[in-house]
Amino acid sequence: MGQVSVAPDVTPVETGQPEAAQDVSAVTEPDVPWVTIVHNDPVNLMSYVTYVFQSYFGYSKDKAHKLMLDVHHKGRAIVSSGTREEMERDVQAMHGYGLWATLSQDRT
Amino acid sequence: MPGQFEPLPGGGAAVALDEVEISILRSLSVQLLELIGPGPGGEAADDPLAELFAEGPSEPPSDPVLQRLFPDAYGDPEAVPDDQLKEFSAEFRRFTENDLRAGKREKALTVVRTLDALSIEGEGGAVLKLSPDESREWLGALNDLRLAIAARLDVIDDEDTDLLYRLPDSDERKPMVMAYLWLGGLQETLVETLLP
Repeated sequence: MGQVSVAPDVTPVETGQPEAAQDVSAVTEPDVPWVTIVHNDPVNLMSYVTYVFQSYFGYSKDKAHKLMLDVHHKGRAIVSSGTREEMERDVQAMHGYGLWATLSQDRT
Repeated sequence: MPGQFEPLPGGGAAVALDEVEISILRSLSVQLLELIGPGPGGEAADDPLAELFAEGPSEPPSDPVLQRLFPDAYGDPEAVPDDQLKEFSAEFRRFTENDLRAGKREKALTVVRTLDALSIEGEGGAVLKLSPDESREWLGALNDLRLAIAARLDVIDDEDTDLLYRLPDSDERKPMVMAYLWLGGLQETLVETLLP
């Protein structure tokens, strides 16, 4: 993100390969949690990232700001969780805003 | 203040632009529109219904700007994805990329449209006034433009940005860097008018 120079502290995140999932529909059970991860990049402004978290997810200013700082300092942050379809929707929305997002199965 | 958006009473935002700034903003937006285009598979415009059901591409774009605007949805960006993640990303792309391209085109078109509606006054400039909706479209378009320029300038991490600030005037990338920083100022002040 803009301004402050911080070497991203990259924590490996599980890339969420569904087990034995040849068929996409086999991994979309509602009780299997998926997450949307937003990754740090040097272009998106801190204020813009906060704005996106507030306006798309409806998060409070404090929560949006904290998530933005997590992205900035830790290199990534989980911004939402839910079904795979919901997370695909969130990732698509993030890409629409120009944020770098991926979804993955949460196994923590 | 030149180069800075200010909130309008009752919503929306305004910025004073001179002729050169208007021309740069318009030209960058048109370039972005041309680059984004309908995208592979989205060109069959003869039949609106066919277009509606047309699938997007499954391969990532080859252009670095488009790669950044339409990244893979699955897999750790730092790691090489395995075949299954690639397949998931390909499927996501088929069903979303056309819509994402259309959304980004719409935002860039709003920029062009609102700039074209300006009438240049006495000193070769004009005050651009945006409604709240137009402000949000502009905000997204300014972000896409900055992403595009950064991709062209090979800005990969925060340190690259720092280097750009210190380029000598003789560097051929300097004009693009100046445009990048100027767009950053516009975006920063515009987002401030939109934050609750």
